[in-house]
This record gives sequence, C-alpha cells and structure tokens, in this order.
Amino acid sequence: MPSATTVASVDKLPIADDDAALETRQLTKHYADRTAVDSLSLKIRRGEIFGLLGPNGAGKTTTILMLLGLTEPSSGDARVDGLDPRRDPLAVKRRVGYLPDDVGFYDELTARENLEYTARLNRMREPAATERIEFLLEQVGLSSVIDRRVRTFSRGMRQRLGLADALIKRPTILILDEPTVNIDPEGVRELLKFVSDLRNDEGLTVLLSSHLLHQVEQVCDRIGIFVSGQLVGLGTVAELASQLQDRWIFELGVDPGPSTANLAKLVGAISGVHNVEVDGPGRWMINASRDVHTDLLATVSSVGCTIDHFVRRGADLDAIYHRYFTGRTDDSEHRRGG
Amino acid sequence: MTASIAAEADIRIEPEEPVVERLHGGWRIVARKEFADHIHSIRFVILVVLVALAGLASVHSASGPIRNAASQATAVPSIFLYLFTLAPDRVPAFHEFLAILGPLLGIAFGFDAVNGERSQRTLPRLVAQPIHRDEVINGKFVAGLGAIALALAAVMAVVVSYGMLRLGVGPTTNDVVRMLAFFVVAVVYISLWLALAVVLSVVTRRAATAALAGIAIWLVFTLFGGLIAGLVADTVHPVPSTAPTTEQVLANARLELTVRRFSPSELYQEATGVLLNPARQSTGLLVEDSTTSQALPSTLSLSESLVLAWWQVAALVGGVVVMFAGAYATFMRQEVRA
Repeated sequence: MPSATTVASVDKLPIADDDAALETRQLTKHYADRTAVDSLSLKIRRGEIFGLLGPNGAGKTTTILMLLGLTEPSSGDARVDGLDPRRDPLAVKRRVGYLPDDVGFYDELTARENLEYTARLNRMREPAATERIEFLLEQVGLSSVIDRRVRTFSRGMRQRLGLADALIKRPTILILDEPTVNIDPEGVRELLKFVSDLRNDEGLTVLLSSHLLHQVEQVCDRIGIFVSGQLVGLGTVAELASQLQDRWIFELGVDPGPSTANLAKLVGAISGVHNVEVDGPGRWMINASRDVHTDLLATVSSVGCTIDHFVRRGADLDAIYHRYFTGRTDDSEHRRGG
Repeated sequence: MTASIAAEADIRIEPEEPVVERLHGGWRIVARKEFADHIHSIRFVILVVLVALAGLASVHSASGPIRNAASQATAVPSIFLYLFTLAPDRVPAFHEFLAILGPLLGIAFGFDAVNGERSQRTLPRLVAQPIHRDEVINGKFVAGLGAIALALAAVMAVVVSYGMLRLGVGPTTNDVVRMLAFFVVAVVYISLWLALAVVLSVVTRRAATAALAGIAIWLVFTLFGGLIAGLVADTVHPVPSTAPTTEQVLANARLELTVRRFSPSELYQEATGVLLNPARQSTGLLVEDSTTSQALPSTLSLSESLVLAWWQVAALVGGVVVMFAGAYATFMRQEVRA
C-alpha cells in the first residue's frame, strides 16, 4: 500500500520513534481552575486505530489540540511522526488530517469552495486539487451537492464533508474528535467502516475520540480510557476486561435488621476488600482485590442476616463502561488498572 | 468503497516535493479568500454606493461655485481640488464626509474577522491547516485593507469623473499626485478603524457585539469629540464672557485643538485639508502659525504640504500599528476553543 510510506518519506526530518505515529510523554495541561490533562503518556503505533474514550470534559479535545500544536502544553511532550508540534507546527499540520468536534464550514460558500480553500491552504495545485476534491466528495456521498452552499447541509452531511476536508491533504494521520456525535446509527456505521477501510487500504493511523464506547469499540484496535485528564485504562477491549478481572466487585443485599450496621464493618474488615459503598438500606457494593465471595457469605451467616441479593459483577463492556465512565470519580486510586 | 483510494493514490503520486519549504506565505491564501468574500458581499456594494452618493452630493454642491468663479480666478491653482474641499450650501466637503463615513467602512470589514470564524466553528479547522496562527489575523487585516482601498478607489473614480463632467476640465498632474496622497492618508485613517474592529472581533464572542461597540466608539468620537474638547478647554482655560484677553482666547483654543487631536478624524482632516488645498499653509490655528507667510498669499508645493501634514500622518500610522499589535497579541494568546 503505497501512500502512507510515500507521504511519510517526504520529510527528511528526524523521527524519534519509528514505530509511533503519535506519542505523548507526561503531557499535562493546566488551566486556571483545573487540570485538563494530567501526565498523559501514550504511544499510538502506525496504522493503528486508537480510541480515546472518556466522558465529556475528560480532556480529550485538549489532548488533540496539544498534538496539533494548537494549545501549548503546561509540561510534558508530544510527538507526531517524531516531530514536536511546538517546534514544527506546520510540518505536523501538513501530515495530520483533523476533523474537529462539531465541525463548521463557511455557510455562504459551496462544499467545493470550502474544500478548495483547505486545498489551497495545503498548497495543493489546481488540477490535482479539483480532482482530489471531487474524488473525496464522491467517496463520502456528497457528489450531488458539491456546488450547493453548506448552509443547506444537515448535521450528517457536514460531518461527511468534514471527513473529506480532513483527507484533502493526504494525511498520514487522521484525528477525529467525537466523529459519531449527532449522527444516526446508520451514519455511524458507514463512517466507521469508511475509517477502517482507510486504515486497511492506505495504512493511515487513526486517533478517534468518543464518549460512546459501544459505538466505536468494534473499529478500535486499542482503547485508552480517559477520565478527568488521566488515562485510567489502556489496551484492547479484551485486555481492559481482563484488567478488570483483577478487581472484584460484588453487590450484596440483606434483609435489613438490627445487625446490618455491624455487618458492614465486618465486611470491610475482610482482607482484600478495598471499600464498601452503601447502595441503599442493607445494600452494598463491595470492591475487592481477590475473590472474597466465600468470606462474604461466611460473614453474613455469622451475624445471622438473610441474603436477598448477591451478584458478582462480570468484566464485560458494560462493566468497563460502568466502572470507568459513570461518575465514579471518588476512588481514582483504586481503579488505576495498569 | 475505499478500495479505489489506494488505486487513486497510485496513479497520482506527485513527484516528491519538499513540502516544508513550500509552506510559507499562508497569510496570502487567507487574504485572498477573505478579500474575495468582502468584494462579493452585499456589505461592500452598500458601502460603496453610500460613500459614492455622499461624494457625489458634496462634489455637486462644490462644483457650482467653482464654475462661477473659474472664469475670473485664473490665478488660483488647482481649481479641480476645490471639488474635494469646498463646502457651500452646508453640504460637507468630500474629505469631511469621508471623515464621518470612513470609520463605518473600517468597522464593516473587520468587526467579524475572528469572532465570525468562532461562531461558524471554522477556526479549529482553519488553524489545523499548515499555516501559522498569526497568518489568520494578518491575512484578514490585509484583506480588509484591500477591500477598503478598492472601495475608496471606486468611489473616487466615480466622484472625479463626475467632477470632470461638471467642470469641463481635468485634474493637472499635480492635482492627481495630491489626490493620490489624499487617497493614501484616507486609507490609513480608515484602516485605523479596521484595526479597531479587528481588536473588537478578537475580544468579543459575537459579531453583533463587536459591530455595536465599534459604532458606539465611532459615535463618541464623531458626536462628542468636539464637545469634550470644548468642555476641557473651557474648564482649564475659561474665557470670561466680558472683555476676554487675546491670551485667554488663544490658550483656550490651543488646548481645545490639542484635545481634539486625540481623535483620529481630527488628524485625518488636518492632514487631508493641507494635502488637498495647496493654498492652506497651516494645520493648526491659523492666527498663530501663518504670521510669517501671511503677507503674500501663495501656494505650497506638494512636498511643503507633506511637511505640514507629516506628523498627523505619522500619528495615524502609529495608531494603526499599535491597534493591530493589540489585536495580534490578544489573538495569539487566546485558546483555539474559546
């Protein structure tokens, strides 16, 4: 597959790690009131589709802007194709196609005119640029509206136009920020298929951010889970699941009685139990570093309570999602997987 | 569906070019696009028509007395230039009209420069292309300058043609040179307002806010500038209503002039007044400065007029530079996402 290597060899600039298309080392961004990205170290290989997953406001966009050299890191380093975005911003932006979150276009210009501007900004010459624009708009299914003003476009059409726009410059790396937001499920499927075809055919490296694990997990080779500026999980979906296996979560419910308060204390004292969260009267969520279910059951019967609910949480996607995404920011030291 | 992208890339591999070296001059690409946007906008047409109508009105009213006087006034040099400076019938002269309408031109081509990109959400996409961030604001300023120059040139062409028709004589070479000098000073004056508008477009979120703020500042200077100057002068150097001395009157007038010179339109009017009227020998208070040459009424050469007007022009240029530097610095420190 020619294009990836061809374009990459255009520069004679030094490449630090030949294997990594994108790399961050202890990358940190502080704003006045908060830390958006906290010591992020990440390496994304060439030809990989990497999903940066996290709830809104986790620092995904800030990370992307630092990779593109559009925001200064407070500390730490970023490398794109071995280039420092702070020192060689133009070389970095020459090779990275970027689809911003909530992409916008010049409403008064047509789809073609919008892309022509991007092509000119990338110093593409006239006949080649026109061919490239027409080809890409056909790929994303916008050929029929190529000379319509973008003002008339729907959300989904803008998103597809944005993808074509990001590909105009023949990037070696594609960064898509929340590309699936606000488009219908069929549109999401098409877009993800398009992206994975691009990787397969052209060897593009793709970094995509999302807050919807279910939507993107099937196209991502690896996933980084990013919460409150910190990377809390990294690996394939299977690896993330097995990381979770080292942490055991039990839901325990007993009929409320005089000894339930005492029971909570006893459960907390079992070796291997990290913490006991109250889920309701007589109901707890128990986090442990080993399988403590026999000890739990023994403890319950020793105080004479009746179990009405006992579940060991599985380590599937739902568990990953729940574990990392749903507002459980109070126990960050317990959930650092590795 | 993307299998053909690879094939496409195969066919079209361009000879390897040193991409990085070709990445300069991005501001020109931005300026070209913005300039095209300006001159295709309705805004441009409206402003040219408005200023041209004002110009025609003033030239028409000035041409009457000139026609009557022309037969006797053989000694008067540069009859043609009186078209721009005579103001009978309470219609302001052309350069005075421009002092009032110029700011509107400047504000119109700058008030949405940066916040327009933000509200259309095109800024992240634009700065992710291989251009430096300052090239965005530089290109936009140059495009505004170009649009202003073009609008003014169009208006002057209309006005001069009409004047030639009415007077039956054309401008002399000397007149043409003076008109060009006037044109340059007028463009500098209007670009000061352009720079102010760009500042406002950087610091405000909405284009409407920037436009309103710009118009408010314009009104303050146009309506209240003279009033404030008079008030300050009367407070510091009051002129008694009965039997004022010459010193008192002069001190009052001097201070009023000094205060008025903080207004760009005062600087512009002083400079253009001298440049368009070779008989005018002073930019300040006539009673004071012209004592030496008052004896015989003579006319100044262009270079002598330029000597008289130089510091006003320099102050205007300085104002443009300072104002634009402010816009530049603020824009460079802003987050892309704000």
